[in-house]
Amino acid sequence: MRLEGDRARSFTRRALLVGGVQTGLFGLLAARLWNLQVEQNATWRLLADDNRISERLIVPPRGRILDRLGRPLATNMPTYRVRVVREQARDLRGVLERLAMIVPLSAERIDEIERQARSLRAFVPVVVREDLSWEQVASIAVRSPDLPGVMLDAGLLRQYPYGSTVSHILGYVGAVSREELQQDPDPLLQLPEFRIGKNGVERSHDAALRGRAGLLRVEVNAVGREIRELERHEGDAGADLKLSLDLDLQRFCFERLAEQLSASAVVMDVHSGAVLAMVSVPSYDPRAFARGISTELWQALVADPFHPLVNKCIRGEYPPGSTFKMVTALAALEAGVATPKTEVFCPGYMVLGNARFHCWKQHGHGRLQLEQALAQSCDIFFYEMARRVGVDGLAAVSRRLGLGGPTGIDLPGEKGGLAPTSQWKRERFGVPWQKGETLITGIGQGFMLATPLQLAVMTARLANGGQAVEPWLARSAQGQPGAAADLGFAAEHLAPILAGMNEVVNGSRGTARAAALQGLGVAMAGKTGTSQVRRITKAERASGAHKRKDRPREHRDHALFVCFAPVEAPRYAVSVIVDHGDSGSATAAPIGRDIMRRTLELAPGGGPLQISGLEGQRP
Amino acid sequence: MMAHEHLRPAGPGLGQKIRRLHWPFVALVAVIGAIGYGVLYSAGGGSQEPWALRHLMRLAAGMGVMLVLALVDVRLFFRWAYAAYGLVLGLLVVVEVMGEVNKGAQRWIDLGVVQLQPSELMKVVLVLVLARYLHGAYLRDLRRPLSLLPPVLMIVLPAALVLVQPDLGTAVTLLAAGTAVLFLAGVRLWKFALVGGLGAAALPVAWANLHDYQRQRVFTFLDPERDPLGAGYHIIQSKIALGSGGLWGKGFLMGSQAQLSFLPEKQTDFAFTMLAEEAGFAGAILVLALYLAVILAALVVALRCTHQFGRLLAMGVACNFTLYVVINVAMVTGLIPVVGVPLPLISYGGTAMLTVLASFGLLLSVDIHRNTPIPRYPGEL
Repeated sequence: MRLEGDRARSFTRRALLVGGVQTGLFGLLAARLWNLQVEQNATWRLLADDNRISERLIVPPRGRILDRLGRPLATNMPTYRVRVVREQARDLRGVLERLAMIVPLSAERIDEIERQARSLRAFVPVVVREDLSWEQVASIAVRSPDLPGVMLDAGLLRQYPYGSTVSHILGYVGAVSREELQQDPDPLLQLPEFRIGKNGVERSHDAALRGRAGLLRVEVNAVGREIRELERHEGDAGADLKLSLDLDLQRFCFERLAEQLSASAVVMDVHSGAVLAMVSVPSYDPRAFARGISTELWQALVADPFHPLVNKCIRGEYPPGSTFKMVTALAALEAGVATPKTEVFCPGYMVLGNARFHCWKQHGHGRLQLEQALAQSCDIFFYEMARRVGVDGLAAVSRRLGLGGPTGIDLPGEKGGLAPTSQWKRERFGVPWQKGETLITGIGQGFMLATPLQLAVMTARLANGGQAVEPWLARSAQGQPGAAADLGFAAEHLAPILAGMNEVVNGSRGTARAAALQGLGVAMAGKTGTSQVRRITKAERASGAHKRKDRPREHRDHALFVCFAPVEAPRYAVSVIVDHGDSGSATAAPIGRDIMRRTLELAPGGGPLQISGLEGQRP
Repeated sequence: MMAHEHLRPAGPGLGQKIRRLHWPFVALVAVIGAIGYGVLYSAGGGSQEPWALRHLMRLAAGMGVMLVLALVDVRLFFRWAYAAYGLVLGLLVVVEVMGEVNKGAQRWIDLGVVQLQPSELMKVVLVLVLARYLHGAYLRDLRRPLSLLPPVLMIVLPAALVLVQPDLGTAVTLLAAGTAVLFLAGVRLWKFALVGGLGAAALPVAWANLHDYQRQRVFTFLDPERDPLGAGYHIIQSKIALGSGGLWGKGFLMGSQAQLSFLPEKQTDFAFTMLAEEAGFAGAILVLALYLAVILAALVVALRCTHQFGRLLAMGVACNFTLYVVINVAMVTGLIPVVGVPLPLISYGGTAMLTVLASFGLLLSVDIHRNTPIPRYPGEL
C-alpha cells in the first residue's frame, strides 16, 4: 500500500503540474487574442475593409458638341446590349439557342460565347450582342421568363448625326492607347470600355467633354462578386461644347465642294476669328470609328489618293500662288520701297542675271500700278516688288499675317506651312538664298507653303484693318474674347490692297469678275490664285503644253481663291482651294462666291447684317 | 449488463451510476456543442444547411454514445484495452497500405455510414492502452528502462504510421499525449530531457524527411506574407478576421471575412476564427473558458479517482482535449503552422466529434467507477 500511496501522491503532484501547464497555455492563447483583437484591432480592421470594399468608377456621360445655334453635332445615343450570366442561365446553350430566335446568332458565335463564359467566373456577364434594335430589346424583355440569366443593359454610343459633313472637325472617339494611359492620370482611362477623343475637337477639347468620374463603393466577396452598394458619388457629366461652326453653312460648303475630287474651304469671322465652316473633301464617315474600325476599311481610307482622313484645311500645305501677292504688296509698301502709285512695266517676262522669269500673260500687261497689278494678277509687278523687299522682308510680313506657322486653332495636328527666309535655306540646305528664288516667292511659289486656314486668316487680317485675329472653333480653349492686337500696318498701306482685291472681283479687268456677287446688294473682294505644282519647262512653254486640258490630273495647277465681304465693312473671310483644279478664276472663284453668298444669307455671328437684296431695297 | 456479471466485486448499480454521473460536465459539453451549432449556422450564411443541422444531429448521437460508454463498467475498458489498441493499430496499417495502393494520402476507411479515421481513434486508444499498461507499474518499476520500452513503442509506432500518412498534426498530438501520460505515471524528468535532447539532435533528419507541403507550412508559418495568395492566404485572412473582430465582435452573421468567404475552411479548421470575428474577444474568451472548465473538471475527476488506470485515463483524455483546443487556436492565431486540427465540438466533422465524445464517455465512466477497485493483475479481475 505504501507503493500505491507513493504513486498516488506523485500522480497528484504531477497532475496539478499538468493542469497548471494547461491553464498556462490557455492564458497564452488569451493573451494572443487580446493582442490581435484588441491591441491591433485598428490595423486588421483596415485590412478587412480593404478586402470587402471595392471601388468602381462611374463613367460620366460625354458632353455633346453643338453648332453655334445649339444644334447637336455629336451626341450620345443609348445603345442596348444583351448579356448572359452563366450561373443564372444554368442551361447556357439552351438559353442562347432560344435567344438566337430573337437576335441572329450563328452556331459558331454560340460556341464562342459558351467558351468565353466557361473561362470566366460563373457570375461574370458575357456580352452576347451589342447595338440591339428596339424591337429586339422588347422581344427579349417580353420573353425574359424563358431566358434566365439574360440581361439587357443600356450603354451610350457616340453618335454623329451629320456624318462626314463635320467629321474632320469633330474627329472621333476611340479606345485609350498605352501612351494616353501613361500621360493622363485620370482613372477613367483605366476602364476598358472608356472612349477618349482621338481627333478633331473630340481630342482638343477632350478634358471638358469628358467630365469627372463618379465613384461607387461596393461590398464584394472573396471572388469579387458584388454583394451590395455602400456609397455612390456621382461624378460630373462632361460639359456640352458649343462650336463657332454654322451647321447650315457647313453643309452647304460640303455639298458645294462635293463635286470636286479633292478640295477644301474655310469661312471665318474677320473680327472674332470664329470659324463658321471648315470643309475638306473627300471626308469619312465617323460612324465607322464608333465601335472600332475594321482593318480593311482603315487600309482603304489610308490608301485613298485623295486622303479622306486628312483635314486639308489645316494639314494641306499648298503654294499660295497669286493669293500671296497681297503680302508682297504690303511688304513693299511697309518697307517704303514702293507707293500705291509706283509703276512697273510688264513685257511678259523679267530678266534677272541670265534667267528669264515669265508672267502668266505671255505678251505682258504693259504699265501697271498696284491696284491693277492685283486685279490682273501681273507676275512681273510682284517679281519687282519682291526683288525690292527681299525674301526676309516678305517672310516677316507673312508671319504677321498668319503665314509660316500654325494659327493655333483648337484642332490637333495643324501644320504651319512655310514662309522661307535666307537663314532657313542656309540651315535647311546649306546653300545661300538665290535672288531668283525671291522673285518666285513674291508670287507665292517656290518654297512658300500655306494651309487653307492660314489663307483665310491672312485674308481676315487684311480685311479687318490689320488686327491679329486668331481662328477658333470653341471659346473654352481661347479664353474670353478680347480685342485682337493691332499688327501695326498703316491704314494707307492696307487701303490700296483692299481696293485691288475689290478690282479683282468687281473691276472690268479683274481675274474673278465672273464671280462677282449678284443680287445681294453687297459687294465682295478677293484674289484668285493658280499655283504650279511643277516647274514649267522651256519646251512646254514654247508649245503651250503647260496649259493643255489633257495634262495628267496630278500635273494640273491648284486652284485658289480668297475673298472677304462686305467690301465696305468686312465681316467674313473665305478661302477655297481645289487641288489640281487648274484655274483659280474658273474653278475656285465661283465656289468662293457661292460660299460667301450663303454666308451672307445666313449672316452668322452677331447682329443682323443689312443685306438690301433680301430686304428688297438697294442702298 | 451481461458482460459485467463476471466482474468481481460487482460495480455500482444502474440507478447509482446515473446518480453518480458528472452532470455538470455533460451540461458543459452540451453548451459547447450548441455554440458549435451557432457558429455553423452562421458559417452556412444564416442557414441550417449545409452544416449546422447535421452538426446538431452528430452532437446528439455522439452524446448518446458518450452516455452509454459512461455507464459501462470501467474494468471492461481495462480488460479490452490491448485488444482495442491492436485493432486500431491494425486499421492504421490498413489505411497506410490502401494509401500506397491508391497512390495518395488516405486517412480514412469508408464504412458506408461514416468515414472512419483510424488516426483519430488512435488518440483515444493510445491513452487507454498506456493507462492499462502503467496501471501495473509502481514508481520503482518505472526506474527499469526495460519496463519503459513497451509504452514508448506503443506511442512511437502509431505516431510513425500517422506521420507517414502524412499527418503532422495528429502525429504531434499522439506523441505529446503519450508523453504526458508517461510523465503522469511517474517517469523521471531527466529521461524526458534525454529523449528531448535526442529528438532535437534528430530534428535535421526529420526535416530532411518531411513532405514538401509540410515544409511549406513551416515556411509559411515563419513568414505568412511570403506568399499572400498561396499558402499564406489562409493564415493572413484568419488574422484579419480575428483582428478586425475587436473586443465585442461584428455581430452574429455579420463577420465580413467569414460571410464574404475571405476566410477559408470557416466550418472546419477556422471555425474559431469565425466565432472570434463575430463574437469578438469577449466571445472567444468565453469559449476558451468553457474549454478550460472541461479540462479542469477532467483534472478533478482524475484526482478523485482511487485507481491508477482511471487517473491516467482521465488525465490522458484531458490532455488529448487540451491539445485539440490549443493546437487549433494557436494555429488560427498564427502562433504555430497550419496543421489541420479541428476545434473539438465546434468544427464540422464526424470523426473528431465522435472521438472526443467517446473519450469523454471513458472519462465519465472513470468518474462513476472511481471507487471500483481494479487489481494490478488482470487475472485477479
